[in-house]
Amino acid sequence: MTSTQTVLTGELRAVTRPHRFMARHASWIPVFAAVGILVAMVVGAQLYFGKFLTPRLVSSILLDNSYLLILAVGMTFVILTGGIDLSVGAVMSFTGMMGASLLRQGLPSSVVAPTMLATGALIGLGVGVLVQYFDVQPFIASLAGMFLARGLGFVVSLNSIKVTDRPILWLQGTRLQAGSGWYITPTGIIALLVVLVGAGLLAYTRFGRTVYAVGGNEQSARLMGLPVARTKLLAYVVSGTCAGLAGVIFTAYTGAAYPLNGIGTELDTIAAVVIGGTLLTGGSGFVVGSMIGVFVYGMIKTIINFLGVDQSWTRITIGALLLLFVVVQRLIVARSARRR
Amino acid sequence: MMSTMEDAQPLVQVTGATVRFRSDTALDGVDFRMFAGEVHSLMGENGAGKSTLIKALTGALALDAGEVRLGGEVVRFATPHDAHLAGISTVYQEIDLLPNLTVAENIALGREPRNRVGAIDWAATRRLAHDALAALGLEIDPASVLGTHPLAVQQLVAIARAISTDVKVLVLDEPTSSLDFDEVAELFRVIRELKARGVAILFVSHFLDQVYEICDRITVLRNGRLVGEYLTTELLRIDLVQKMLGRSAAALAERQTFDAPDDDSSVTLSARGVTVLPGIADADVDLVEGEVLGVAGLLGSGRTKLARALTGVDRLEAGIIRIDGQERRLSSPRRALSLGVVYSSENRRTEGLIGELSVLENITLALQAQRGVLRRIRSARQRELAASWVEALDIRPPDLDRPVASLSGGNQQKVLLARLLALSPRVIVLDEPTRGIDVGAKVEIQNLVGELADNGLSVVFISAELEEVLRVGTRVAILQDGRVVDVVPSEGLTTDSLLAMVARSEGDEA
Repeated sequence: MTSTQTVLTGELRAVTRPHRFMARHASWIPVFAAVGILVAMVVGAQLYFGKFLTPRLVSSILLDNSYLLILAVGMTFVILTGGIDLSVGAVMSFTGMMGASLLRQGLPSSVVAPTMLATGALIGLGVGVLVQYFDVQPFIASLAGMFLARGLGFVVSLNSIKVTDRPILWLQGTRLQAGSGWYITPTGIIALLVVLVGAGLLAYTRFGRTVYAVGGNEQSARLMGLPVARTKLLAYVVSGTCAGLAGVIFTAYTGAAYPLNGIGTELDTIAAVVIGGTLLTGGSGFVVGSMIGVFVYGMIKTIINFLGVDQSWTRITIGALLLLFVVVQRLIVARSARRR
Repeated sequence: MMSTMEDAQPLVQVTGATVRFRSDTALDGVDFRMFAGEVHSLMGENGAGKSTLIKALTGALALDAGEVRLGGEVVRFATPHDAHLAGISTVYQEIDLLPNLTVAENIALGREPRNRVGAIDWAATRRLAHDALAALGLEIDPASVLGTHPLAVQQLVAIARAISTDVKVLVLDEPTSSLDFDEVAELFRVIRELKARGVAILFVSHFLDQVYEICDRITVLRNGRLVGEYLTTELLRIDLVQKMLGRSAAALAERQTFDAPDDDSSVTLSARGVTVLPGIADADVDLVEGEVLGVAGLLGSGRTKLARALTGVDRLEAGIIRIDGQERRLSSPRRALSLGVVYSSENRRTEGLIGELSVLENITLALQAQRGVLRRIRSARQRELAASWVEALDIRPPDLDRPVASLSGGNQQKVLLARLLALSPRVIVLDEPTRGIDVGAKVEIQNLVGELADNGLSVVFISAELEEVLRVGTRVAILQDGRVVDVVPSEGLTTDSLLAMVARSEGDEA
């Protein structure tokens, strides 16, 4: 229309395709990086061991890490809001203990499993209320949740409780064969469903978009009239519920509940989420990325197993990877801040 | 057109607006009105009640007395969002959008179109955003992430969001403070388009030029009271300033000149070929004892970069700096400080003052840091020192224990100056020391800078406002695209001739 207008639009029209791609999908770059690392590990292991990647192995990675996958999905919500949830490992352990004890008293699993989920949700709600309404740092609030859940686990029993309930054991024991060694267990299906639901919630609902908005700038989100308080609360509830579900899955996986289960699992979860490209400062990341992060974690464990060296190397490798990713994230953030 | 407006019913009518903060009355029985299809400016010094009135209008603050009518009906908003739904949208000075989300989401967030199952319909969301942008004549990719765009584009997106609902009143709070000339022109084009659509626009700005260019009507506030409402065409600038300040205009108009340095006074700091890329290349600067060197340049010409390079904040990629004839490496601000070179950042809130700390603590902070933790300044001495600076710089209120954040912008700037001066520097680099402070305080700071130079300090004075660069500077360095293209005496220059020099390279084709 006028000549002044072209100053801006003319410049923007000249934007080249690669620029346009970056402008649209910059936040996917860390996820691609995680996929790259996963592929590099698989290729490397394949070359080194000769016969490494088999359908059996891939299937077992999903089986062995389905509880972690579920925890990572919940954690992604919380980290996206700019928070952190340290309670998930303890909540998983406690709900497992509670469930196992209820089952031993003869309650049917159709009652026990939902109770475990509800308990997880309730603890998540408590952490969320502390964070939102009492303005407690998420680190401290969820630390309190962790100690509470850990303690309650010991109150239930100091010893391992064996689970004999058929439906629960079925979740783990059933191997749905898909030919040539591929198989999947109901626990794996549940974990993948959680990923699907989590990704859908984040990408296609107002709740999900508000999670990103809160992580981007809480003050702005509030001024835009978004339900910030409800969203933050819900994020912790989602994480708690996932921890409860992970309790069910982990109990099925080990066939027993033990009060010392899941110590440090919250940290593995956070590591997987961060490796999967979610920014610890919030506002950027994807559930799919967290899934890749969990697979990277599982792959490292498997390779260390193949190498036959001590499992402590898993932690060391994860630590190194985590460091790498956090540094790379800082560089990305610093670069985009400088551009402005 | 104006005469018909007088007959029409105002779209917004505020009567007897009163807001009290504990014992202070921030707004005292103010009447205010806006008509559809006009651009209205709210003028006043800091503390006059402008922001309080805006907050009351947009639901961020409740009125203690009085009422707001929108289209004749009394309205009460609990939150800014309520006001937004009722048709009063605000775009704040700091862009309150989400840089991590796409342009489309920033426009549609909270009311994204949804399909039958209740999932967000992304194609429809992008269409909605595209339409809102197109209505303003903007072509911005709705799927791109907001943070990848320059601030000016983000500001325009904020406006697109504000008007994409059925907007009746659009409040723009200092929308141009971070835009350059072309971007302001673009913003004004958008404002005119909205005005033609019948939107009432409240335009708040410290830049008088812009107010006179775009506004139809001006309401002046002073000390929380209404001074009057005027048509822009009927109010002379000098009268406007007088009404804002409540002081005689003659005192302001009188141009106070500062003593030019003696010819034999020595060069304190001399920079040759200073380069920090991107931003500043091959810059030569000489600072003479007791002079103010003004720095003039467009946004992005490297003003701040030059300041940072001269004061050790950014490391030089090439070039040398001599202080008193001796070559020195300013490897850090601390090192520069020990050589008597200090820097006052343009972002006084984020890079200068600590809002929660008191005036006393803010003033003595750097001095204590310079001495080191082990050699603590006795608190009686601290108070004495701070009090003397508060008095010398006329910091108001003269209360040492008041948190700095509660002071007005001008007084905050003085506290920052006091902190730097307490270090007894030889060279002081001031980057936009008067940005965002009111006219009266601006003049005070300018005079203060002149006095400092008279006392033998070398001052570098950087400002986007050419007028004050001319007023304060003995000489003016012209910056273009990161190069010091010329250093000229300010004597005999006018704002227009300086503007021509500053804009030369870009104006060549025009």
